[in-house]
Order: sequence, then C-alpha cells, then structure tokens
Amino acid sequence: MEMLSGAEMVVRSLQDEGIEHIFGYPGGSVLDIYDAIFQSDKIQHYLVRHEQAAVHMADAYSRATGKVGCVLVTAGPGATNCITGIVTAYMDSIPLVVLSGQVPTNWIGDDAFQEADMIGISRPVVKHSFSCRTAEDIPIAIKKAFYIASTGRPGPVVIDLPKDVQSPLNKFPYEYPESVELRSYKPTLSGHKGQIKRALAALLGAKKPVFYVGGGSIIANASKQVLELAEKLNLPVTNTLMGLGAFPGEHKQFIGMLGMHGTYEANNSMHNADLIFSAGARFDDRVTNNVDKFCPNAKIMQIDIDPTSISKNIHADLPIVGSIEVVLQQMLDLLEETKATNDSESINAWWDQINEWRAKDCLAYQTSETHIKPQQVIQCLYKVTKGDAIVTSDVGQHQMVAAQYYPFKEPRQWINSGGAGTMGFGLPAAMGCKIAFPDRPVVCVTGDGSIQMNIQELSTCMQYNIPVVILLLNNRSLGMVKQWQKMFYGGRQSHSYMDSVPDFVKLSEAYNHIGIKVDTIDQLEPALERAFELKDRVVFVDVAIDPEEHVYPMQVKFGSMQDMYLSQTERTDA
Amino acid sequence: MRSIISVLLENEPGALARVVGLFAQRAYNIESLTVSPTNDLTLSRMTITTEVDCKATLEQMMKQLHKLVDVLRVSELTEGAHVERELLLIKVRTSNNEDREEVKRTCDIYRGQIVDITQHLYTIQLTGAGVKLDAFIDTINNASEIVEVVRSGVCGIARGEKALRG
Ligand SMILES: Cc1ncc(C[n+]2csc(CCOP(=O)(O)OP(=O)(O)O)c2C)c(N)n1
Ligand SMILES: [Mg+2]
Repeated sequence: MEMLSGAEMVVRSLQDEGIEHIFGYPGGSVLDIYDAIFQSDKIQHYLVRHEQAAVHMADAYSRATGKVGCVLVTAGPGATNCITGIVTAYMDSIPLVVLSGQVPTNWIGDDAFQEADMIGISRPVVKHSFSCRTAEDIPIAIKKAFYIASTGRPGPVVIDLPKDVQSPLNKFPYEYPESVELRSYKPTLSGHKGQIKRALAALLGAKKPVFYVGGGSIIANASKQVLELAEKLNLPVTNTLMGLGAFPGEHKQFIGMLGMHGTYEANNSMHNADLIFSAGARFDDRVTNNVDKFCPNAKIMQIDIDPTSISKNIHADLPIVGSIEVVLQQMLDLLEETKATNDSESINAWWDQINEWRAKDCLAYQTSETHIKPQQVIQCLYKVTKGDAIVTSDVGQHQMVAAQYYPFKEPRQWINSGGAGTMGFGLPAAMGCKIAFPDRPVVCVTGDGSIQMNIQELSTCMQYNIPVVILLLNNRSLGMVKQWQKMFYGGRQSHSYMDSVPDFVKLSEAYNHIGIKVDTIDQLEPALERAFELKDRVVFVDVAIDPEEHVYPMQVKFGSMQDMYLSQTERTDA
Repeated sequence: MRSIISVLLENEPGALARVVGLFAQRAYNIESLTVSPTNDLTLSRMTITTEVDCKATLEQMMKQLHKLVDVLRVSELTEGAHVERELLLIKVRTSNNEDREEVKRTCDIYRGQIVDITQHLYTIQLTGAGVKLDAFIDTINNASEIVEVVRSGVCGIARGEKALRG
C-alpha cells in the first residue's frame, strides 16, 4: 500500500474525493498541508485575503454547482475568522468541508500559541465535526465529512487537524474508502406512501392552493418536478428568498416572492389559501409574519428532508419527510397512475382572485428626474444580461430589490445569504461562482455598507483574474437600517449614514480593475453594457441611487401575511 | 410536563458535548442527565429528564436530538410503562443515640443501606424514583443534620418488550 504522511493524506483524500478547487489561507499549523498542495497538480488553491471570504467563496461555489465547497485554514484566528462564513452556510443548508489546523495534540488544552477550540466554537453552527488524533484517521474523517455535508439536509462540517498528525516525518499506509456507512445517520429520501396518497388527495381537493417553494427545492435539484406538478395542476407558485429560481420567475403561474418584502399577490394568496403546499421551505419568521395570524383558513402540507423543520414554527397537518425531488416525483407518478385531476373551475376562480391582486401592480414605482431608482438599476441589469447572469448579493435594500426585480429563470442563479443575512457575502460569493462558471456572466449586487465588509477580496480577484462585475447600489447609507429608523424610530438615523464612502472607482483602479461611476440614468445602460463586454476584467460599477428610496411592499410587524405597507403612504390594513 | 428521554448514541469524544450544547442552544431545560457506555462499548446510553411546556416542544426536542449525527435512537419513557431509578448517597451527622436509632429506622423503612459509619457520621445509599428520594431526604432531615447529598440523576428503562437497541 502507498505510504503517505498525514499532510499528504489530506491532499490525496481531497483529490480522491474529486475536489478541484479549494479556498484558504496558510499558517503555522497547516504548513505541511500547504507543502503537499504545492506538490499537487490536481487541486487549484485560491489564496484569499481574509478567511471569512474563503468560506463564502466555497459556499457560493457550492450553491452554484451543487458540489461540496472546501476550505483550508490555519489554527486559532484562521479558524475563528471562518465562523461567520460557516454560520452563513449552516443557515442556508450549504454543504461545506472546512479543514482547520490545530496545535499539536500534546499541546491541546495548554493555551498554546494560536490554540482555539475550533470544534467547540463551531459546534452550534456545523452539521458535524471531526478531530483527527492520528494520521490514519484522516482519510475516513474526510470521506465521512463529505458524505455528511452533502446528504440529507446539507450543511458545513469542520475537520480539526493537529499539526503533529500532519507530520511529513511519519508515513502510514493510505487508502481512500470507496463509501461510508454510518449506523447513526441515515437520511430518509422517499416519502411515506400513505402520506403521498393523502397529500395528493388534499392537493387535488384544494380550491385555493398555493405552492410555497423554498431553497430546499433548489438544493434537492427538484425544479423539474416543481414545474411539472405546478403546470399539471395549474397551481399558483410563490418562492421564498432562498427559493428564487426554483420556479421560473417569468412563468405565468409565478406570483412572486412571499414574505416580508413579498408581492401583494403572493402574500394575499397565502393568507386566503385553503391549502399551503410547502416544498423545502421552513416557515421562517421573514415569511410568516405573526404566526398567530398565519393563513387562518389553510391546511398545511409540508415536505422537508429535515424532520426538525416540519412543524417547527407552524403546525403541519400533513407532513412528509423526504427529499423534495423524490417526494414530488412520487406524487407525479401517482398522479399519472390515477389520472386524477383537480377541479379546474375552482382553480380558475382562484386565479381570477389572484389576478385581481396582481392588477395592483405592487412593484410599480415612481421614477424621478433627479435620482436613479434602485429598481431601475436591477431592471437594467436584467435587460443587459438578458436574465442569464448569476447574481450574488449582499444584505440590505439592494438585496431585496434584486430579489424583486430580477426574475430568475433557473435554480442556482440567485446566490444570497438568506438565513444569516451576512453582509460581506456578495463579493466572495461572486468570485466562487465565477470560478465554477468562468464563461457565465457573474455579477455581485451590493451596497456601500456591505461591499466594504470584504472589499479586500478585490486583491484576490487581481491575483487570479476572477472577472466578476460589481454593481454597487450606492445610497451613501446603511439603507435597510435607515428605512427601519425612518419607519419605526421617528426618523432618528442613528449610525446608519455613511459619511465617508471611498471613491470606489479609484479604489478599483488601485487593484488594477476598472471602475465606472454612474450618476445619471442615461449613463446606466452603457455602463452595464461595457461592464459585461469587458469579459476578462473586474468591473466595479458604482451607481449613485436615490438615498431616500424604501423597499416595498413590506409586511406590517405583528400583522398577518396580508398586512403590508405598499408605499410611503399606502398601507393595506389602515 | 416532565419527560424522560432515552438516547442511544455513539460512544465517541464530543458526542456528549453535542447533546448538552443542543439543549443550551435551543433553550431546552435539562433537569438531570446520566450517561454511560452500554454492554456494547461503542455505544452510550443517556437518560435526560426535562420539563417541557407542551407536546410540540417535546417532539421538536426529540427530533433535534435525533438529528445529531452521533445519535442512533431516541425515545420518551413517561408515555409508556417504564421504570425509573435514581441513586442517592447522603451523609448525615447525628449527635446522640436516639437520633442514630431514628436514622437506622428510617433507612430500614425506605430500604436504604448504611454504607459507611464514623463516630457521628452515617453515609446512606438509597435507590428509587426521585419522589421517594425526596421524601427520604425530608424525613432524615428531622433526625439528623444533612452534611452532603449526591444524586445520580434518573436512569430509565421501558417495561416489557420495548427496548432501545443499536
Ligand atoms: C455582518 C452584518 N452586520 C450588520 C447587519 C445588519 N444590516 C442589515 S442590512 C444593513 C445595511 C446594509 O447597508 P448596505 O450594504 O449599504 O445596503 P443598503 O441597504 O443600503 O442597500 C445592516 C447594517 C448585517 N445584516 N450583517
Ligand atoms: Mg447602502
């Protein structure tokens, strides 16, 4: 058998797992692994400028491809810098394997230089973790880590690698396991047959159904089944922020995103439905608004691969545990087999009602002579990219506007931090996507606050020539915070105003990128055209937008789903 | 309501921390927790007693436990016929013969055993359900001065065929 050191085993195991890209940052406790990487020609390593960005890059790489993202960092601060990234992935169920160095085993617990209890610190935000105490533990730990990260409800897995375990001085027989079995971990894939029957019957019997599709449908690659079932039964479909793209944004049955900044028609349909059919969504507080007033007349049907997601916030009358793809296929097969249909008359009446809500045109907005509106920027982006770009975003108003005004055609096209809402996600996420798909246009829609949380990655872009487009909706403020302060805090703008935004054009140029400033609406489209034509350069488009614009619709706090502010002056429940 | 949850999990470093961390993280309450390897040394058996506000919380708690990668089986004991036992070790001080007699008598009534004696100190061992131990402590307190109390926390097992196996 081949004899390898622990460090070599790490690299070989990753290779044998099929890993091509890894994101990281070296340091004392992982020098042996970095030495082994230096000698490998199969794995491309990207050196970031901050470990948080490495995790976001790996995370977005995974979101865009469906593969597991992989990160390598050193002990102590290197590892702890990953925590925000790990939380971000955990909240959105993204499969990652994070390898972090550790002080030698005989120093653990001694407060040695750069010792941090990474296993302990990360425990509440990982799906699982491993600590390798001998080199021989490494291949099996890595195999298990990838298996656990990517199956069931995916999530991040941390592997702690003490320095002595990696030592090049000691060689051990290496063999990478073909497969693993864990007696304590066996995710359920297919749905219970009786439940499938009951679910289909309920769905066929519903007069006012809503198909509520979340990020789980994207993770499970279930878009085909979602579309087929929706079309067969003429169901109105709403997507969560995480589910955008799971159902085509321009499909006539799409009623928009739901929830806090959801459309008037989506939120009203939910509130008035008699059946909510949830696929891979978790009835998150940004969706339900006040749970006591949630969908008062609806029966709740919920498919999720994670039993803890079922009935966590809202009681499910008809729960199905299983993979969304498999369960929906089971339902489709049964539908095919029984040739059953739903009552098209009631469904048509339901559509008439929904179309009335649609006619409100809740996403219409006032343009201005003096200011560019953020909505215009996203609509222009859509036009210039023909709706084909991978769009990553940061967190704030710009994120919501992107979600509302760029109808995503496909799953894995909209990459954002929904569960954690991590500012600083957007740029490294765009880089991760571009590395995965060098030939596709990738744009990071960002805000002046968010972009500065990982702006150092412009340097990584320069080093590896990762030509993403950065589209900054610059309102010179922490817009979303300011919106809340204006609406709920008597307009007191406590620390939401950015008094010193840098000259982003100059800043980009300092990194040898191209910066374009857009101050008027007529400059917008040419600037974006140019940005996407310059395929091999990073282009930073800094658009001065109306700093007073708010995001609407917006649900009224403590209200039901249908209670919304529709503009600065209009409120549904007033 | 009071619940007793049995958990069968991998006997591996970190497994206990994951369970305890879960309870802390999700603001679940732990009244007592016992854990020890089983006859199969690769597995540990844990008994957790907890106070929950409703059935839905209990269900969520059990699902969350089961979601931990190290956990094989989870079951609730108070819903069915079960046996629960706790071990009490208690050290009491007596000042005169009359009290010593009383301690001895109380011990006999409760089927406790005196496992260590010095001139003034008795160490008593008693097993039973929690309420029995509570009652014993109350009673013995009248006849002596309690020096220290150690309770193991509840161990539970279902009656009859029902079993938690690997
Ligand atoms: C790391 C982090 N810190 C704080 C917040 C809270 N927060 C949410 S949105 C927001 C403002 C974002 O400002 P900007 O990036 O300029 O976006 P805008 O809302 O102006 O479009 C803040 C501070 C957060 N989501 N993430
Ligand atoms: Mg801003």
